[in-house]
Amino acid sequence: MSFVEVSRLTKRYGDTQVLERVNLSVAKGTFCTIVGASGCGKSTFLRILLSQEVQSSGTVSVDGTALPPEPTPDRGIVFQRYSVFPQLTVEDNLVLAEEFATARWTGRLFGSARSSAKQAVAETLSNIGLMAAKDRYPAQLSGGMQQRLAIAQALLMRPKILLLDEPFGALDPGIRVDMHDLLLRLWREMEMTVFMVTHDIHEAFKLGTRLLVFDKVRHDPDSPEAFGATVTYDLDLKSGPVTEPPTEIADIIYPRPEETTDARSS
Amino acid sequence: MALFLGAIPFLGLAGVYAAASSARLSANPADKLLPSFEQMGTTFWRMATVPEVRTGDLTLWVDTFDSLQRLGLGLGVSVLLALTFGIAIGFVPHVRSALAPFLAAISLIPPITVLPILFITFGLGETAKVALIAVGTAPVMIRSVAQAVLDIPREQIVKVQTLGASVWQMVTRVVLPQVWPRLITALRLGLIPAFIFLISAEAIASTTGLGYRIFLVRRYLAMDVILPYVAWITLLAFLIDRALLLFSRRIFRWAFLEGEAL
Repeated sequence: MSFVEVSRLTKRYGDTQVLERVNLSVAKGTFCTIVGASGCGKSTFLRILLSQEVQSSGTVSVDGTALPPEPTPDRGIVFQRYSVFPQLTVEDNLVLAEEFATARWTGRLFGSARSSAKQAVAETLSNIGLMAAKDRYPAQLSGGMQQRLAIAQALLMRPKILLLDEPFGALDPGIRVDMHDLLLRLWREMEMTVFMVTHDIHEAFKLGTRLLVFDKVRHDPDSPEAFGATVTYDLDLKSGPVTEPPTEIADIIYPRPEETTDARSS
Repeated sequence: MALFLGAIPFLGLAGVYAAASSARLSANPADKLLPSFEQMGTTFWRMATVPEVRTGDLTLWVDTFDSLQRLGLGLGVSVLLALTFGIAIGFVPHVRSALAPFLAAISLIPPITVLPILFITFGLGETAKVALIAVGTAPVMIRSVAQAVLDIPREQIVKVQTLGASVWQMVTRVVLPQVWPRLITALRLGLIPAFIFLISAEAIASTTGLGYRIFLVRRYLAMDVILPYVAWITLLAFLIDRALLLFSRRIFRWAFLEGEAL
């Protein structure tokens, strides 16, 4: 049963074709990792799923209905940076969603309403290991702590779909492993459908139950922007994590220098 | 040590002045150009404590109060304009397209050239002086606020939409809080232009105020009034600037966690 349905999706910026003929059908509860070379349109695809950008043609539907024109609470997002609000403490960052929902005009809770909202996020705080840091501002947190907060904040609205745009790209390898565990735990607990763009192929194979590779099928040496990327590999990883990624996929994500020189001389 | 080093230029200037002043005064005890510190102190004390014969006012305090009131009103108007127009220009692309070029042109008008127009329109009263300060400082402040809004990462706006915020909640909880510290910085930078416009307007048409006083006594070469007044105005500007900085640091602590702030 397909949950997210993408059909004949294209995206153009002026003369530059970024995505073309993307067809995809993703089942509910899939952890979909997306890889591809830099500039292949994988982040653009994610932004279209978020309604941050609108496709040039084609359709995207979730649960049978077309995407709304603006980002909505049913799709959570974690960016690589700037996902949390610098002017709010860790705790206030988490209380914010509740404040939006209850206080329509002030967007703020006071007194007992505020303390009960704080109590409601206490479990989340200890879940992501930020209880001791709850009164700190994001600038006082490490990169890993900031991303844990960003993930927790994105999950507050209990989204059906969680979108992650290279969320661990700026983190140290050791911290990444902790983040993987946290993310997989939350994904199982909340039964979400996840789309995660990453530049790290090992991460993609480790986390995903399905792996999509974005790449250009057609090339025009005279105008490289004439053709867009589409899904070239679509791997089912449900049978278990793959420890050694196939080399042909690694070549797509990390193009070898001699290949680029070949393309230039031909 | 830093305090001592910082004090050297001040002490040096005072020393040079004292030497020059005493040299002139020993040649001609009636010299008015470089009064001694004692003379200036006496005059300043008289203006602060002895009621003026004609009006019964304590000149220094009336001047200070009236000037600061004009300054506060003018800058207050500028802050309101900066918040409304700055956020609209920074946040709404259509408003930006419509107003940004106009604002860029307006901010190039030398504000003093508008002063005659203001005097003709509003008369010689308080309104024209307040309006000059607002006209002179608002364009730059509007632009800094608009820039502050533009500097908010796009990710945050998208993120707050996914948290279910309305446009109003977005502006009040994400945009405004991040604009405040930048507005205070703009206000601090606008303080000296604001003083220039205040003193100019008072010099041309007024009956009280710090600017009025120094231009009035200029006719009598009363350097013993002018020099302490200039120092007093500088001190006021310094205190307002420091107060704004301390206020910003205390209320918007999050904005001062990275990097250094002057």
